[in-house]
Amino acid sequence: MKMDAITATPLLRVDRLTKRYGPRIGCANVSFDLWPGEVLGIVGESGSGKSTLLSCLAGHLTPDEGQVIFDTAQGPRDVLRMTEPERRRLSRTHWAFVHQNPRDGLRMGVTAGGNVGERLMAIGARHYGGIRDKATDWLGRVEIAAERIDDRPSAFSGGMQQRLQIARNLVTGPRLVFMDEPTGGLDVSVQARLLDLLRGLVREMGLSAIIVTHDLAVVRLLADRLMVMKSGHVVEQGLTDQVLDDPQHPYTQLLVSSVLQV
Amino acid sequence: MTDYNFAYLDEQTKRMIRRAILKGVAVPGYQVPFASREMPMPYGWGTGGVQVTAACLTPDDRLKVIDQGADDTTNAVSIRKFFQRTAGVAVTEATADATVIQTRHRIPEHPLTEGQILVYQVPIPEPLRFLEPRETETRKMHSLEEYGLMHVKLYEDIARHGSIATSYAYPVKVEGRYVMDPSPIPKFDNPKLSDNPALQLFGAGREQRIYALPPYTHVVSLDFDDHPFQASKAPHDCDLCGAPDSYLDEVITDDAGSRMFVCSDTDFCRSRREAGHAGRLTMQEAAE
Amino acid sequence: MIRVSNLSKTFTLHNQGSAAIPVMTGAELTVAPGECVGLTGASGAGKSTLMRMIWGNYLAASGSIMVGDTDVATAEPRQIIALRRATLGYVSQFLRVVPRVPTLDVVAEPLRALGTPAEEARAHAASLLKRLNIPERLWSLSPTTFSGGEQQRVNIARGFAHRYPALLLDEPTASLDAANRETVLTLIEEAKQRGAAILGIFHDEGARARVCDRLVDVTAFTPHRAMEPAA
Repeated sequence: MKMDAITATPLLRVDRLTKRYGPRIGCANVSFDLWPGEVLGIVGESGSGKSTLLSCLAGHLTPDEGQVIFDTAQGPRDVLRMTEPERRRLSRTHWAFVHQNPRDGLRMGVTAGGNVGERLMAIGARHYGGIRDKATDWLGRVEIAAERIDDRPSAFSGGMQQRLQIARNLVTGPRLVFMDEPTGGLDVSVQARLLDLLRGLVREMGLSAIIVTHDLAVVRLLADRLMVMKSGHVVEQGLTDQVLDDPQHPYTQLLVSSVLQV
Repeated sequence: MTDYNFAYLDEQTKRMIRRAILKGVAVPGYQVPFASREMPMPYGWGTGGVQVTAACLTPDDRLKVIDQGADDTTNAVSIRKFFQRTAGVAVTEATADATVIQTRHRIPEHPLTEGQILVYQVPIPEPLRFLEPRETETRKMHSLEEYGLMHVKLYEDIARHGSIATSYAYPVKVEGRYVMDPSPIPKFDNPKLSDNPALQLFGAGREQRIYALPPYTHVVSLDFDDHPFQASKAPHDCDLCGAPDSYLDEVITDDAGSRMFVCSDTDFCRSRREAGHAGRLTMQEAAE
Repeated sequence: MIRVSNLSKTFTLHNQGSAAIPVMTGAELTVAPGECVGLTGASGAGKSTLMRMIWGNYLAASGSIMVGDTDVATAEPRQIIALRRATLGYVSQFLRVVPRVPTLDVVAEPLRALGTPAEEARAHAASLLKRLNIPERLWSLSPTTFSGGEQQRVNIARGFAHRYPALLLDEPTASLDAANRETVLTLIEEAKQRGAAILGIFHDEGARARVCDRLVDVTAFTPHRAMEPAA
C-alpha cells in the first residue's frame, strides 16, 4: 500500500470528549483521529452538538472529560492540559478559526492589510514593506483586489469579509483550521466561489480542517471524511461520499433523504 | 478643623500609594492598580500625578510643577499652590533646583540628575486601549507579552499617512518586556525616557494605575525596520533664545498670520536668555 | 490488480420499516493489468453497485476488495482517498463538479491533486478535450451548463487525465455519437496497452465486443431470496 502521503501520527487525536450543560449533554464521548491534509466535516441539525464540539476542540469551551491531543513540534500534547499562554500561542500560529460571521473574526476598525498582517506582527514581523507585500499576496490569493488593502472590512461585502477572514487566518500557515459554517449567510453564488477557494487553499497548503456545517452540499465538496451528530452523539462517520451515498444509520438516512434536490 | 495632613492625603493612603510605586519600580513599565482617592480637583486635571507627588513629598523637598512645559499656566500654578498650602514645601521654577517635578505632557529640556523625581500626569495608561477595548484582554496581552496589536496600530498609521503619524503618547518598550504609554508627551521627548538618571513615576487618577521607570532604565520607541522612529520637532530655532534643539510651541501673534516659535519649556528658555543667548525676535528687538 | 472475494451487500432502509434488502452475495471478480472486464446483467442486477463498492462509495457487508495492496472494504478513509488520487480512477454516469470551475480545470484536477504544475496539467487536459471534440471556446466555462453528451465527454476526459493503474468505467459511451464513441474506445485501448486494469459497464454490445477481454455476469451474485420483512 502506498503510504508516502500518510504519516504515522495523527495531527489531532480526540478521545472521549464530553461537555455537559448541567443535566443536558452538549456532546458526549466523541473520539476521532485527524490526519495531516485531511478535511473532516461535522454535520448535524441545530442542537446536535456540533458547535459545542468545535468550541471544545478550539479551546473556546472547557470540556468536562476527554483529551484533545495535538501533534506539536515537541510531540503529541493534550491541548486541554496546556497552560493558557501555550494555548493562545497555538491558536495564533498552528491553529486558525474561521467564524461563521466574519465580523467575529476580523477587526472591523483596522484596514484589510492590517487585519492580514496582524498575525505576522504578532509573531515578530517588523518590516513594514515585507508585511505589506505578504498581505497583498494573500489578498490576491483570496481574490480581493490589491487596491482594497487600505480599506476597512466595513466597506466589504459579506463574501469579501469572509475571504478576508480566511486570509487573516491562513497567512501564518497554520496546520489545522477550524471552520464554523464558513458559507452560512452567504449568497449561493458567493458560496460556490468561497468553497472553490477553500478547496484550493487546503490542497495547496496541505491544511487539515474541521468544518462544522448543516449543509450537506458543502461537506460533499470540501470534506474527505464526515461525522454525523445527533443529540450530542456521533451516530456515523466515514468517507464523505460513502456516508452520503450509502448511509447506514437511520438518522443519516433521514438527513440525506431530506435534502431538497434542485 | 482647618489643618490638612501633610500633602493633603492621610498617611495610610500615602503608604498604599508608595507600595504601588515600589511595585511599579520593581517591574518597570507594568501598570500597578491603586486605590485612587477623591481629590479636590476633578478627574482629568492631574489627580493621578498629584497623588503620586503627595506620596513622595517630604518637608525638605523643592517642588516644580509644569504644564506643557510652562510654570505659569493656570493648572501648574494651581497645583503648585495646592502643595504649598497642604505641604508647606519650597517651590521653584528652575529645573536644576527641584527635587520633585510634576509635569503634564512634557519632559524638561534641562537634563535631570540622580536624586530627582519626575512625576507624569497620565490620562489613559493603557497603550492598547484604542485597538482593544476589553480590559480583560489587554491585561492578558501584557502578561503574555502579546504585542502584535501595537504594531498593527503603527502599520495603520503608515498605511493611512505614509509614515507613523503618532506624534505624542508614542508607545515604548521598557527593558525589552512591557509596552508602555509614556503619557501624552511629544515623541520628541521619548529619547529622554531612556537611561535617565532620575526616577520617573506615572500616575493615572481616573484609571487608577501607577507605573514607573527606575533610573537608567532602557526604553525603546516602537517602530518598523524600514520606518525607524524619529524624534521630530518643528524645523526652527526658538525665536526668543535661539535654541536649535528644544521642543517648540507655535504662537500666532496677529490676525495676519504671523507666528513665532518659542521653547515650550519656559524655564529653559529664560535661563538661556539670561545667559546671553538670543533668538530671531530678541535680536530684532535689540536692533530697534 | 483488482480482486474481489466473497463480497456481499445488503441495504437496510430504516425509514421504511427497517427493510433489509440483500442485493449481492459471494461476488468474485479479478481484473489483471492490461485486461478489460465487462460487467453484464439486467438493469438493477447490481453492476453499478459492484462498481461503487470497488470505488469505496458503498460499504461492503462482508468480503474483501483488493485494489493493488489496499483492501477497500476495510481501509481507512484517508487510505481510500490516497488510492483514488493515484491508483484507482472512476468515470461514473454523472458529472459532479464544483460549480463555477472552468472545464479545463475540472479535467486538470486529478493531475493537480498529484502535484503536477498547473501549466502542465492544463496542457494535458487541453489535449484530451481536443480529442473528445470539446471546442476550445467552452474550456473556460463551467460544464454544468453543457449538454448531456458534452458533460459525459468532460467526465471521461477527467477520468483519463491521469494514467491510473486501475479504472472503473460506468457506461462511458452512453449518449455519444459514433465519432466520439470511437475516441473513447481508443482511449480505453491505449489504457489497456499501458497496463491498466479496467472494469467497465457497457450497454452497447459493439463497444463490449471491441474492448472487453472477458465478461462477468453479476446476476450470478444476486441472492435468490424474497425481500426479508422486518423482524
